[in-house]
Amino acid sequence: MDLKKKILPMLRWWLIYIGAALPFLWLVVAAVTQQLGADPAKEIVLELGTWAINFLWITLAITPVRKLFAINWLSKYRRMMGLYSFFYAALHLLAFATFMVGWDWKILIVELTERPYAIVGFIALLLLLPLAVTSTKAMQRKLKRHWLTLHKLIYLIAPLTLLHIVWQIRSDFSEALTYGLLLSYLLGYRYYKKRSRAQRIKPVVNHPKKMQSQHSSL
Amino acid sequence: MLIKQKEQIRSSEITSESVYKQRRTFMKSALGLAGAIASSKALALTSAPQENAPLYPGPQWLQEKLQAATSPAGFQAQDKLTPYKDVITYNNFYEFGFDKNDPYKRAKNFITDPWQVEIVGEVAKPGVYHLEDFVQPHALEERIYRMRCVEGWSMVIPWMGIPLADVLQRFEPTSKAKYVEFTTLHDPQQMPQQGSLFGTLDWPYVEGLRMDEAMNPLAFLATGLYGQGLPPQNGAPLRLVVPWKYGFKNIKSIVKIRFTEEMPLNTWNKTAPSEYGFFANVNPAVDHPRWSQATERRLPSGLFSPNRIPTLPFNGYAEQVAHLYQGMDLTKWI
Repeated sequence: MDLKKKILPMLRWWLIYIGAALPFLWLVVAAVTQQLGADPAKEIVLELGTWAINFLWITLAITPVRKLFAINWLSKYRRMMGLYSFFYAALHLLAFATFMVGWDWKILIVELTERPYAIVGFIALLLLLPLAVTSTKAMQRKLKRHWLTLHKLIYLIAPLTLLHIVWQIRSDFSEALTYGLLLSYLLGYRYYKKRSRAQRIKPVVNHPKKMQSQHSSL
Repeated sequence: MLIKQKEQIRSSEITSESVYKQRRTFMKSALGLAGAIASSKALALTSAPQENAPLYPGPQWLQEKLQAATSPAGFQAQDKLTPYKDVITYNNFYEFGFDKNDPYKRAKNFITDPWQVEIVGEVAKPGVYHLEDFVQPHALEERIYRMRCVEGWSMVIPWMGIPLADVLQRFEPTSKAKYVEFTTLHDPQQMPQQGSLFGTLDWPYVEGLRMDEAMNPLAFLATGLYGQGLPPQNGAPLRLVVPWKYGFKNIKSIVKIRFTEEMPLNTWNKTAPSEYGFFANVNPAVDHPRWSQATERRLPSGLFSPNRIPTLPFNGYAEQVAHLYQGMDLTKWI
């Protein structure tokens, strides 16, 4: 009876929840079985960073994809994707500090304050922290409309993250280009929607409240 | 990233253990003999450990020369060697891809025999030489050198090869020869990244040395490592090794050597002049604009012991090379 309403969504939830953790689990297995080559530290740091970006981009893609393909259940996973991005980003920094710097504070502080690419990456992670902390429903209720304003920080975090990759380009720019094109689509989509909404609103200035509900989806 | 072992090497290429051991014994006795004759201090050669990794014996003529190789004192770094497997699987050779593992995976079918080296420019004996003729007049040596990559990691590698100065002198550079320029093979068919649209480097790869740098006894042309031939991913069949400079100066798969009056424009200098200069001497006091050069991670690094060590001026070879740069502002001549 409840198959469609309860069991399938639950299965889907677990599938996505575990699927998103797979890159992490794979890294743990690869590290333990020594499959990461001569420089496992760097491999782990790069891989965690890549997945932090992937999940940030996925988080931003949920609304456009949901609307384009009319998959309404997707919006339920936006929070989870955002939290996974934070999870991988936090581990990325932790792995860098542990495996590459060995918690040598002198080197760590120099790295995080003097290297432009590290600075923007660090700022992006710091900005991600309040979003993770306020991701619960209780916090959402508590912060009311400020919650939405706060979570618009993602529009700053994502470009900072892109800069973090761009400033590390040595020769190959294919990866940065791919992330850049995707991000410009994801942000451009929102800009376009906002503009066309603003134009639609014009004739109905008398009923601004009616339109407000639409603004709540990022 | 599973490393497949099976396809790497044809069974016909594998040296059976007994033959391998025989060769080692032969080499050791030959070495002892040569050492006795030359009364030079020869050390035992470093052979490739068979740790489940492919071997690269090299062409027949090279194998014969390898057996007579010596390990001259004064060129043997005392640091712990980087394991063979790491040396042959962790490479920056952008012609084959940008990931460290790409060259190992993609250079398997790279044709390095036959090979020709073209000698041109300010030189009395220009010409095109078969690699065998190019190497043949010289005795092979083993040299254990530190290698410091500009990215902040380092290795210790037992190279097999010939002193660069001896080779260059053979072609009789003229008085106008102030610099030597080296060029890597340009063959997008074999080197996939040379045809890529998403890199900033101009191909073929070019590097250069000032004449006095090239004539320094440390400068070396490698034709092998770990007692055998040179694996393609390490720059087979002929690769420059200048251990007091950042790794990118060690140009791989050389097809052309040009003697010139003008300072050559090396590839990285051309691509990002504010980040990479012509000299590229290892210098902990001068940071790369985007990262520090004060320390390095000696590979392989353990996860909970990052192996981070201070980087030494001229990569620890200051005694041999610092005089070359007397009076030069090394914060400017990066």
